[in-house]
Amino acid sequence: MDFDGLFSNFGELTTTGLTQGAIYALVALGYTLVYGVLRLINFAHSEVFIAGAFAAIWTWNGFGLDQNSQVSGIGSVLFYLLVAMIVAAIASAGTATVIERVAYRPLRKRNAPPLAFLITAIGASIAISEAFGIYTRRLPEGAPSLVSSKPLFHVFGVPIDAVQLLTIGAALLMMVLLDLFINRSRTGRGIRAVAQDANTAALMGVNKDRIILMVFIAGGSMAGVAGLLYDVRIQTLTYSVGFLLGLKAFTAAVLGGIGNLRGALIGGLLLGVVENYASGLFGSQWKDFAAFAVLVVLLMFRPTGLLGESLGRARA
Amino acid sequence: MTTVLERVRSGREAAGERWRGAPRWVRWVLLAAVIAFFYALPNKEFYQYLGPIPTPGANFTQVMFTVSIYVLLAVGLNIVVGFAGLLDLGYFGFFAVGAYTVAVLTSPSSNIKTLWPWLLVVPLAIALTMLSGVMLGTPTLRLRGDYLAIVTLGFAEMIRIAAVSSDFLKGQRGFNQIPHPPGKYADGKPFFGVLDARPYYWLVLTLIIMVVIGVRNLTHSRVGRAWISIREDEDAAQLMGVPTFKFKLWAFASGAAIAGLAGALFAGKQNFVNSQNFELLNSIIILAAVIFGGSGNIVGAIVGGGLVAYMIERFRGIELFGVELYEYRFLIFGLVLVIMMIFRPEGLIPNRRRAAEFKDRRKEVIVGE
Amino acid sequence: MSDTEQTPAVPAQAGAPAVEAVPDREPLLEVDNVTLRFGGVVALNNVDFTLYKGEILGLIGPNGAGKTTCFNAMTGIYQPTEGQIRFRGEKISGKKRHEITQLGMARTFQNIRLFPEMTALENVQVGADAHHKTSVISALFRLPRHRREEREGREKAERLLEFVGIRHRMHEFSRNLSYGEQRRLEIARALATDPVLLCLDEPAAGFNPAEKEELLQLIRQIRDTGVTVLLIEHDMRLVMGVTDRIVVLEFGKKIAEGLPAEVRDNPKVVAAYLGVPDNAA
Repeated sequence: MDFDGLFSNFGELTTTGLTQGAIYALVALGYTLVYGVLRLINFAHSEVFIAGAFAAIWTWNGFGLDQNSQVSGIGSVLFYLLVAMIVAAIASAGTATVIERVAYRPLRKRNAPPLAFLITAIGASIAISEAFGIYTRRLPEGAPSLVSSKPLFHVFGVPIDAVQLLTIGAALLMMVLLDLFINRSRTGRGIRAVAQDANTAALMGVNKDRIILMVFIAGGSMAGVAGLLYDVRIQTLTYSVGFLLGLKAFTAAVLGGIGNLRGALIGGLLLGVVENYASGLFGSQWKDFAAFAVLVVLLMFRPTGLLGESLGRARA
Repeated sequence: MTTVLERVRSGREAAGERWRGAPRWVRWVLLAAVIAFFYALPNKEFYQYLGPIPTPGANFTQVMFTVSIYVLLAVGLNIVVGFAGLLDLGYFGFFAVGAYTVAVLTSPSSNIKTLWPWLLVVPLAIALTMLSGVMLGTPTLRLRGDYLAIVTLGFAEMIRIAAVSSDFLKGQRGFNQIPHPPGKYADGKPFFGVLDARPYYWLVLTLIIMVVIGVRNLTHSRVGRAWISIREDEDAAQLMGVPTFKFKLWAFASGAAIAGLAGALFAGKQNFVNSQNFELLNSIIILAAVIFGGSGNIVGAIVGGGLVAYMIERFRGIELFGVELYEYRFLIFGLVLVIMMIFRPEGLIPNRRRAAEFKDRRKEVIVGE
Repeated sequence: MSDTEQTPAVPAQAGAPAVEAVPDREPLLEVDNVTLRFGGVVALNNVDFTLYKGEILGLIGPNGAGKTTCFNAMTGIYQPTEGQIRFRGEKISGKKRHEITQLGMARTFQNIRLFPEMTALENVQVGADAHHKTSVISALFRLPRHRREEREGREKAERLLEFVGIRHRMHEFSRNLSYGEQRRLEIARALATDPVLLCLDEPAAGFNPAEKEELLQLIRQIRDTGVTVLLIEHDMRLVMGVTDRIVVLEFGKKIAEGLPAEVRDNPKVVAAYLGVPDNAA
């Protein structure tokens, strides 16, 4: 165990962990939303994320940017980011919608047992992932370096760069928007109602199918933004990275208490930081191991996650 | 389309009725014929007459060995998922524990260099896998189903990462020269050699038959009733005096033991074990195979495991639009899962009970609308 | 069940003497000043009564009086906040649910909870298994103990299905049974655990008068085999017809206890059931 490594890089491990954690958190929101409303692990959500990530890269390619391109000027950088973000969010939301329509709704209409949902989810996940794999010939695609990863300034000697600021800032902003949407809007009220008691909500005139679709769209948009942020941060994308990232995002959702939006944020950030500390301590090959070990240990002592489960019951 | 589906369905139901209605000796003869067919299958003298069944792109006997391992795994996972209703997404992790136990204790490339013979290590591998099942199950089986799913998935991934990363488990370099099972022909040549996969297949097939008899005994006993009652209504089961935790743990441990056996057989045949053998997708393939065949039904699990493993290999060597179909195997696999769940969620060979349930639910929905 | 004169198969405690309507005052279940709070809500407030061996005790009260809560506390599902519940002299709280069942307490559910994908016979066999010792090993190799217990369990299950009158349906999946048959099957399943005390949670819910009458007969027969019965009921007439004593709950408090005739004439009970006019309060 390398305690020196952990302590000398503590600050940096924390900031990079928070950055990665912000991406986990955004993806985790999708799991939590769907779970809160349908009590379903949307296994295919990892591919919703991947769809957004590819959409962003292909958007840049459409503007003639590839992994070697350099973009200068704050204005054009913001333009490219914003356009890619919108496209990514739409692509992810669209993928999520297709999954809900094709894979889940027919089962719901037939009152299928939960296991059947999980199997279609897995099937959809594998099929979409493979489709991307075949299309990209299983090769990584590169993203242009839009945002510099050179340190902007130091806080207590810890370098902070623009990618980190952008990732964490964008993630927090999306989360605030989602929170407002769930708690303030009419649709949000419907979502909370369905989460509490779907049948009663339906009797009260809430259109359940529409609400469920909205949940997939909201969760999908979050995953799309996460995909864009992933591209900006890692600058390369392989079709198969969604699986592990999705798994960890789900872990994050469970950590925070699945069904609980704020729990997803806390869980995501926590997971990002903890796995970074573990990689400082034991070596980077043990990073993923630590992520799952944390999950197993946490569930033993606090089976409903850190903040407890709730979407419907959530804060007034 | 519907009429075809209906006709297939009614035909299958009629076949099922006829099977249940047939005299006992007829069933025994048919069963013996099926078993004899599968023992004969990997012989070239036999399978060359079977038209499209042999795989064009791969050695058919090797394929049959892989298929048999998947069948064994499906039978084991069916206990956990099908009978006890516990969602285990990391079943392949137990297979890895079994294979690595054999590798570590028998291979000359292992750090501890015990170099024990294969046969001695097999029971150890099963015991250790069971133990790992109990160790994973004790804290987690009190959790709700979805959490169990994710924890087991995490467990399998942890085993894989440990295999890749730890020096003790050798990562990609792996363990070589793992001994084969013992046994010699009269002329002194080893029965279990390097080139011929048939003896291994026959060994696995024999073990499958034994395991199936054992599982059948369990499911027709207090143990099986306890498992199904837990699946149906855990609270009610407890209140009827079923020690649910104990039986869930047994389900987990029995499933793990079977996976451990499969892992040990795999290691003994392959002669080489490294971290690439244990991709997470395998766990999902086996789970899908169980559901595909019809969960909660031993025959369903066998058919599901066999068909899924076989179809994936069958795609080798078939070209479509200039690409080998094998490249598309998982895409097709994923799509089949989705389509299957939409049109035939109870699996190919459903539990009769399940079929009844689905029929009822369909009725309920119709009445509801 | 029209053929009430048939000798009931003895479901439990073979050879236990038939008990007269007057209880022999040996306490079986003691509810000792039990208070149960959920957050700020007081579901049970200092409830105190005793169930004696061999009697049929009715626990009644208007909707929301705390009957089912009390019932759940007695069967170990809820832990009392204060006070304690003793069954055969042993404290209930802290015991696992299946241990309570093995100690001799069995129950049915207000909203039927059978194992839908098991046959009627298998449902009852699960109950009979409560006292079986067959291990996984002995089931795996079909050792003699497994065979013996399997045979005994099956015979017992068939006998009980006969007793409740649905033996001809034993190979049906329980989900395919009619509502009334499901209620009977629940009773058979509970009896299969060899209970000393059988707790019935609104067993007549959804029954028509004829079916209720049959149920009364069945409950009496069960008592006559030596099983003590706790009956939770909403329907006063049914309770009056079968119970030896009655405990009345209202708003989580015991408001009356006594013989059916006493309870029926108790003004507090009348008020609780009929509602009290404002000026009388």
